[in-house]
Amino acid sequence: MGYLKSTPNKDGFFGDYGGAMLPPPLEPHFKEIREAYERISKSADYIAELRHIRKHFQGRPTPVSYFKNLSDLVGGARIYAKREDLNHTGAHKLNHCMAEGLLAKFMGKKKLMAETGAGQHGVALATAAAYFGLECEIHMGEIDIAKEAPNVTRMKLLGAQVVPVGFGGRSLKEAVDSCFGSYMEQADTALFAIGSVVGPHPFPMMVRDFQHVVGVEAREQFLEMTGELPDMVAACVGGGSNAMGLFSGFIDDEDVSLHGVEPMGTSSKLGEHAATITFGEDGDIHGFRTMVLKDEKGEPAPVHTVASGLDYPGVGPEHAHLYRTGKANYTACDDKEALNAFFALSRHEGIIPALESAHAVAFAMREAPKHPGKSILINLSGRGDKDIDYVTENFGFGEDL
Amino acid sequence: MTRPTTRIDDKFAALKADGKKAFVAYIMAGDTDEATSLEVMKGLPGAGVDIIELGIPFTDPMADGPTIQLAGQRALEGGMTLQKTLDMATEFRKFDDATPIVLMGYYNPIYNRGVDRFLEDAKAAGIDGLIVVDLPPEEDEELCIPAQAAGLNFIRLATPTTDDKRLPKVLQNTSGFVYYVSITGITGAAEASAADVAPEVARIKAATDIPVIVGFGVNTPEKAEAIAGVADGTVVGSAIVSQIAAGKPVAEVLAFVKSLADGAHRG
Repeated sequence: MGYLKSTPNKDGFFGDYGGAMLPPPLEPHFKEIREAYERISKSADYIAELRHIRKHFQGRPTPVSYFKNLSDLVGGARIYAKREDLNHTGAHKLNHCMAEGLLAKFMGKKKLMAETGAGQHGVALATAAAYFGLECEIHMGEIDIAKEAPNVTRMKLLGAQVVPVGFGGRSLKEAVDSCFGSYMEQADTALFAIGSVVGPHPFPMMVRDFQHVVGVEAREQFLEMTGELPDMVAACVGGGSNAMGLFSGFIDDEDVSLHGVEPMGTSSKLGEHAATITFGEDGDIHGFRTMVLKDEKGEPAPVHTVASGLDYPGVGPEHAHLYRTGKANYTACDDKEALNAFFALSRHEGIIPALESAHAVAFAMREAPKHPGKSILINLSGRGDKDIDYVTENFGFGEDL
Repeated sequence: MTRPTTRIDDKFAALKADGKKAFVAYIMAGDTDEATSLEVMKGLPGAGVDIIELGIPFTDPMADGPTIQLAGQRALEGGMTLQKTLDMATEFRKFDDATPIVLMGYYNPIYNRGVDRFLEDAKAAGIDGLIVVDLPPEEDEELCIPAQAAGLNFIRLATPTTDDKRLPKVLQNTSGFVYYVSITGITGAAEASAADVAPEVARIKAATDIPVIVGFGVNTPEKAEAIAGVADGTVVGSAIVSQIAAGKPVAEVLAFVKSLADGAHRG
């Protein structure tokens, strides 16, 4: 049996990681989601409608591009990218949001709700809600609301209610807590659409499966372009949804190595990065077992990265599993490398990448010179329009890097 | 299975002999600071509290409403830790060896310490029971079974959404008492009504011999009386934490607790 069919097990465990550590009031609701996912998402009606949406609303398949200029610039391996920046709304997030919205419709739910950090997941979910005629409630930390104003405006334009979260660090972690609280009161009529391959079972599996389209398309396209499979496949990892999407297309290909790229932030000191697998230990967060960045007391630690979308002290349980079993490798790029890649891709390929995705670009630029004659396929998971003000205000046009 | 009895079991036996309902009070360890919470804790038995629930502050309390989440934040900002929470219990035990203490919190801090070490330390600190909200029965091997083997009660939550199919699983390894959450939702959010609660308590009591305590939503002596009247007792958390949050003097907080305890004991 292939990896995807056998993992996770029926209780949602990827090896030692995952599961559903839920407080009793939430248990029946996650059970409902699990059963609905298993029943509905395999049905012909659901699949047919999702395929239609992928093609005629999202604009899939997105292409794979060969970055000739960038490859020539750094030398060594050839660099390719799966262009999720060309997916509607400009990032891979819509892949699982449309699928979750369709699931909500089939379940008869009236509302989609979720947390968001940088606002990317919130915008994608608000888009899905508008498409399906559902209400939408997005929880977002006050600090993120101030930092990501354009995405807040987008969500509101799309008809979503944005709930500010004002306690604790007032960021993604607290937005998750706040959303859980609100969901408990309306779980009969709402679907909690978690924004990555994190959270209690079935979300890590379900979001991966909804992102699987990225890997399936990329594998086929790469074969068609080059006649062979890539030697290395890489993607940035915060929670890890875009990486799981791409990895899942190559997971049974033994000759393809998988590389997750974590954000090293400004330094390797705790609190100044969000490289969970690189520095974390086993722990529980938000209802599942995974690797967690912990402070000296063992509590989830504060994190930093220039890319808000990677700002999480946990990681998808499947990544922890792939790391422990050696099926995938994990490394980190710091803010400076990511910014350098951001400017390089803009200038040399005519593509402004999201700061999150720039971590994968940075990895390719670092690794390519070491592997002449090989190929590296990265996931360009999102476009960088959302980041241009922040980047230019803080780092100009890259003169000082 | 016969177990050694705990202070919790003894307390319920004594209450039963007196024909009284139990009053359980929740406070967050280290809220608003260590000294204040210890002072409040020491005053709880005198205010009529039968069992103390001591919250372990946690950074990601996904099952709590804003009142308890903020209390946890205040405690963490003041430097509260699991160790200091246990130290508080040790300190409390120096002058009260009878009032049961139940630690309530999330699994991550316990997991970090290591289950065996935690159980040993908890036992030494005079802890009698545990409520760990993010460990469902499927994870009983993690903590529940070892805790009972170490002589601690493991108290589980049941809710209106715990259906008859699920209930036996929830009750299977529960000891001490069952904590019935009277509303669907987070702690301290909505109001409980005795009329809604009564049939639910009856449903649980039909499936177990251990006492059923009802919590969530109780904030006045009248409600405490009404809820305790249809169960084996009641728990108050958010309403007490709110008084502490408002900066009320300890004597005033304890007077409020006493009014709730008197209400529950009338029930």
